[in-house]
Amino acid sequence: MQKQAIFQSRLLPYALVAPQLAIVLIFFYWPALQAVIQSFLLQDAFGLSSSFVWFDNYIELFRDPAYFATIVRTFFFSFAIAISSLSFALLLAVMADKPLRGSMLYRTLLIWPYAVAPPVVGVLWIFMLHPSLGVLSRYLRGLGIDWNPLLDGNQAAALVILAAAWKQISYNFLFFLAGLQSIPKSVIEAAAIDGARPMRRFWTVIFPLLSPTIFFLLVINIVYAFFDTFGIIDTMTRGGPGTSTVTLVYKVYSDGLLGGNLGSSAAQSVILMIMVIVLTGIQFRFVERKVTY
Amino acid sequence: MALRHFGAAAAVALTVGLGASPALAVTEIQWWHAMTGANNDVIVKLANDFNASQSDYKVIPTYKGNYPDTMNAGIAAFRAGNAPHIMQVFEVGTATMMAATGAVKPVYKLMAETGEKFDPKNYLPAITGYYSTSKGEMLSFPFNSSSTVMWVNLDELKKANVEIPKTWPEVFEAGKKLKAAGHDTCGFSGSWVTWVNLEQLSAWHNVPLSSKANGLDGFDTVLEFNGPLQVKHLENLVELQKTKVYDYAGRTNTGEGRFTSGECPIYLTSSAFFGNVKAQAKFNFTAVPMPYYPDAKGAPQNSIIGGASLWVMGGKPADDYKGVAKFLTFLSDTDRQVYIHKASGYLPITKAAYAKAKEEGFYKDQPYLETPLLELTNKEPTENSRGLRLGNMVQLRDVWSEEIEQALAGKKTAKQALDAAVERGNTMLRQFEKTAVK
Repeated sequence: MQKQAIFQSRLLPYALVAPQLAIVLIFFYWPALQAVIQSFLLQDAFGLSSSFVWFDNYIELFRDPAYFATIVRTFFFSFAIAISSLSFALLLAVMADKPLRGSMLYRTLLIWPYAVAPPVVGVLWIFMLHPSLGVLSRYLRGLGIDWNPLLDGNQAAALVILAAAWKQISYNFLFFLAGLQSIPKSVIEAAAIDGARPMRRFWTVIFPLLSPTIFFLLVINIVYAFFDTFGIIDTMTRGGPGTSTVTLVYKVYSDGLLGGNLGSSAAQSVILMIMVIVLTGIQFRFVERKVTY
Repeated sequence: MALRHFGAAAAVALTVGLGASPALAVTEIQWWHAMTGANNDVIVKLANDFNASQSDYKVIPTYKGNYPDTMNAGIAAFRAGNAPHIMQVFEVGTATMMAATGAVKPVYKLMAETGEKFDPKNYLPAITGYYSTSKGEMLSFPFNSSSTVMWVNLDELKKANVEIPKTWPEVFEAGKKLKAAGHDTCGFSGSWVTWVNLEQLSAWHNVPLSSKANGLDGFDTVLEFNGPLQVKHLENLVELQKTKVYDYAGRTNTGEGRFTSGECPIYLTSSAFFGNVKAQAKFNFTAVPMPYYPDAKGAPQNSIIGGASLWVMGGKPADDYKGVAKFLTFLSDTDRQVYIHKASGYLPITKAAYAKAKEEGFYKDQPYLETPLLELTNKEPTENSRGLRLGNMVQLRDVWSEEIEQALAGKKTAKQALDAAVERGNTMLRQFEKTAVK
């Protein structure tokens, strides 16, 4: 009842949320709806002819064994990217959180990569690890490793995961650092007085207190790996060699924009959307229980 | 996806809105292109020269990103009702543009309707054939054309005591010798793996890439490049990849630096690579015709073109079309074609311009700039060498590359890979056929 007392008019609260609602409707729901409609159509690239084909676009996708392979690959990529960038960022954050001389400088430097656009990240890593252009490739060859991601699918996959994880480290680092700094020093000191060694302090005190941050970042990272990595893939491998670095979102891009097959591309993005909704749902339903706020 | 379109449409609406706001007496002609660097300068100069030559029309060139970006921007703009007048589309987009009846205005129709003097016979058939119907009606205006040539590092070949190879077996031998002479990561290589090793290879040996004259006679075309010649060629590459006599350099032209750096002394790629070679190579070089298999009957035939052409978009006022037609006539001028040829390294498109460049002795110092022309005009084009017109070609090439990569990585045999490339490609062609406007 108290809530109603704040707003005198019944319409005012609606008027106040209207701009936000309008933005959400226009920029999120309208395009999503368009994608759903498009996924039932068979249309040429110019939109000159279109016919309603019911679920043909979906059926065709699920008939294609390559599509299942892409789904499996995407999950593998996403978890690999999320886990590696989260763990590495946590390690860096814990180290940068220590009272060090010049820690501000380290922190600033560690945040930089986040400002780099995904395709630039791709180009950057290509310059280091391209079989013939790359600086690091020469050392790898010197070590006797036949480094050739242009033909070796596993190496290409590793390259993409590495670059994608690298880009996300800064973001994770930022949140971890903030999370670490918000942990009351007294709790850690109390544990230290009780005789807990650094490792034990970390796993029994700091890590559980960081769990809301970790959970949040896990969701963000998986969504990032699902949706935001196609720029990296496009500049680094274009999905190759073979199909070893084609992920769901890259397939959406290549089928829709390169292939002009908007129907299938839209169907794929709807599937992708459902997948991420389900995945996020699972995370909030099951993982969140283990999170202590 | 939808959001992306919305964004593109909004951006287009904004630019068009801003551009059209002052009331101008002259008719503006929007020209979207994908040229950068020196070639962008050529485009700007052409537009400026045209604008200075008369006062009724103003051509406004706009850079829209690389080839696929430009095409996508044009398509998005068309869907939003704001297509440019002229759009530069790379050769692999030809089928998509051609299938869009109503979205584009065929050049032969434009010229007839506006009463501009236009004789398709003045243009080099090897180039216009790609952009014409089987009846010889020119659909788009060739702008920048190139072809595949074999770039050769003369210094390294001399050091290894290797003659410039003419046939594929000679290239393989030369690669082995070069490897023995210290090029242990790459004897020979090339860019655009499908363009060089499937598309051009087929035309050059007069074997079909697909039925219906490689798609020129209809969208109901079926891929046929898993024949003995193509399989044998891929088998050879797979075998040489094992020892790096041949070393795969990627699907696009990102590997071209391997030639200019001296790593690969023999490199097959576009003749348009000339600008970079000239700027970066610190050695004597030349470009010679693509190699062929001497036991293939009738080889070498003629090569097919790469590069881009100008498409005129449909649904514009008649007055605008007059300006567009005048501009195309302006571009066809002999001196102007000679200028484009010299400044960009792309091919001249008219017979007169080619003759004039020859007359001026342009090829005496730079014989390699004539190489692509000699390849294109080597023989009268056949069903198999007139050009390609396959729908969804950009993605089709990616699928073929995927299969070739599997073969080179040893995961599939050459035959298996090409069979799979044909099968997957046919599925995509049927998909395209379904959506193409009848």
